[in-house]
Amino acid sequence: MSGSGTSRSLTDLFSRFGARRVEEAEKAAEPAPEQDLVFPTKALRKFLSCLTARESPVLLDLGPVVGSNVSFFGEQLGCKIIVEDLYADVERHLRRDALDTLPEFFGKRFPQDDGTVDGILCWDVLDYLDREAAQVLASQLTRLLRPDGALLGFFGTAQTRELHYTKYVVVDDTNLRHRPYPATRGRQGILLNREIIRMFEGLRVSDSFLLKMNLREILFRKPGPA
Amino acid sequence: MWKRDEAVRPTTGTTTPPAGAPSGTTAGQRSDVDVRTQIERDMVNIGKSVVIKGELNGSEDLTIEGHVEGKIELKEHVLTIGPNGRIKAQVFAKAVIVLGEVTGNVTASEKVDIRDNGSVDGDIIAPRVAIAEGAHFRGSVDMQRKGGTVSARPAVTENKGDGKVAAAAPMPAQAAATAPRANA
Repeated sequence: MSGSGTSRSLTDLFSRFGARRVEEAEKAAEPAPEQDLVFPTKALRKFLSCLTARESPVLLDLGPVVGSNVSFFGEQLGCKIIVEDLYADVERHLRRDALDTLPEFFGKRFPQDDGTVDGILCWDVLDYLDREAAQVLASQLTRLLRPDGALLGFFGTAQTRELHYTKYVVVDDTNLRHRPYPATRGRQGILLNREIIRMFEGLRVSDSFLLKMNLREILFRKPGPA
Repeated sequence: MWKRDEAVRPTTGTTTPPAGAPSGTTAGQRSDVDVRTQIERDMVNIGKSVVIKGELNGSEDLTIEGHVEGKIELKEHVLTIGPNGRIKAQVFAKAVIVLGEVTGNVTASEKVDIRDNGSVDGDIIAPRVAIAEGAHFRGSVDMQRKGGTVSARPAVTENKGDGKVAAAAPMPAQAAATAPRANA
């Protein structure tokens, strides 16, 4: 009687420990809150090396301003940074119900001369545009890029219904932190590889990596003078 | 023994009485209040209802809560644009702290600090620039460095994979006037 009681209590004890272990393992396996995800990037380092090959490089950032990115590119790499938040442009046009004017808007958006920018951080802005607007923007970016300049773009590989944009925060040259913030409209379909390449006619794909975050990162280079 | 320690514990430095503290304040607390009052008296403030059009020069720290259009020059001093401040001007100062709105180029020899809800539409030239999470900025940032070149800095390709890149010592920005950005 007492023996069976002992074995029962031991079983209880082990099962409790087991349960606790499972709970702990589950907790450890839980993903970090979506607000603050760090993911590795393979193309950023190459992008940075393209930038640092020049003296006082000019960097065009098409995302919302991120203080730590400004410090990273400005203080540490000596870039002159131009911040043009195109996500805000998309939002503004959405609120005015004037999305059809975006292609024309992008056509006049950049006052810079041709070939005056050494690097462009395009992030994933093209995913949020209709094809026509995306094409006009891609052509403008190609125009702005200096020969041997680099453009880093992210492209979604899976359709999501989430309504958010993403702020990409540079952690270091191999990691980015991704911080979502609300959007009125989500991503507009997935761009196929060949569509992306066709869009950036005049640039060549230097590197392309498929990330775990349902993103493809592509590093474009503008061919230098022969 | 413990009581004796309590009795000799200094009353300043650890707690600050709220404004309009009761009459039981100590001499140390009174001196704190006096110093604060003196600082507030020395700080020049352009109030909410003030509108200035033209050139503003000064040799003391300045806080602007009103509207200024034109040019502001406080080369050796700190300019603070308060939450109600609206500036349409070229700004030159030692340090610029933005809590309100600035439209125009900002040049600082030490630092530009755009705080939460602060907004700058224009180009910034300063060796150090801090932009808070909720701030708005549109324009370019140029953090000038020694000799105007970055040749002395290590290239990222020389990085050993620790993700850290040594920063070169920044140099005070020269107060070169730049034309305001063309609004796209």
